[in-house]
Amino acid sequence: MFSFIAVIILIGVFCVLFRAVKGPTIFDRVLSVNLIGTKAVVVIALIGFMHGRPEFMDIALTYALINFIGTIAFLKYIEKNKLD
Amino acid sequence: MTILDVITLILLLAGSFFMLVASIGMIRLPDFYTRMHAGGKADTLGQGLIFLALIIYEGFTLISLKMLIIFAFIFIANPTATHAVAKAAYKGGLKIWSRDKNDSS
Repeated sequence: MFSFIAVIILIGVFCVLFRAVKGPTIFDRVLSVNLIGTKAVVVIALIGFMHGRPEFMDIALTYALINFIGTIAFLKYIEKNKLD
Repeated sequence: MTILDVITLILLLAGSFFMLVASIGMIRLPDFYTRMHAGGKADTLGQGLIFLALIIYEGFTLISLKMLIIFAFIFIANPTATHAVAKAAYKGGLKIWSRDKNDSS
């Protein structure tokens, strides 16, 4: 049951990846990367349930934090052309 | 198959449905701002439903507490990131799509 849900989410990841490759502006690409990160957190949690390994939840939590920080940092770099 | 399995299955299917709808909206919608509308809300609701299903399936342990923390963090952080992207695009001078100019991008 978990693998079926993971496959559905991976189909969604490929749909978003199409937009990330095609996207006319850079903001489309940033938004696509943010969405792929959210889906990756869910898929990591589902894989941890599938294989019975609870330490995957720590990896999912770290991935969620890094995803948010990365999006904000990239937007700041686009707006101001520097990161300090 | 107990009643908890049925609730888990329904929540998982609803969550994956919303995530798939968000992904299809990223392809189909015509403009950056409308794509942001699809990606900012439906994706947050989808991950919330899936994590809620996993919490109900697991029961009250340390694992479910970690999943609750991930759920609450993404529930706050994902709309915040979308808002930041929208603000950056508006300051960067991105034009809003209208039906008159038939530019299909």
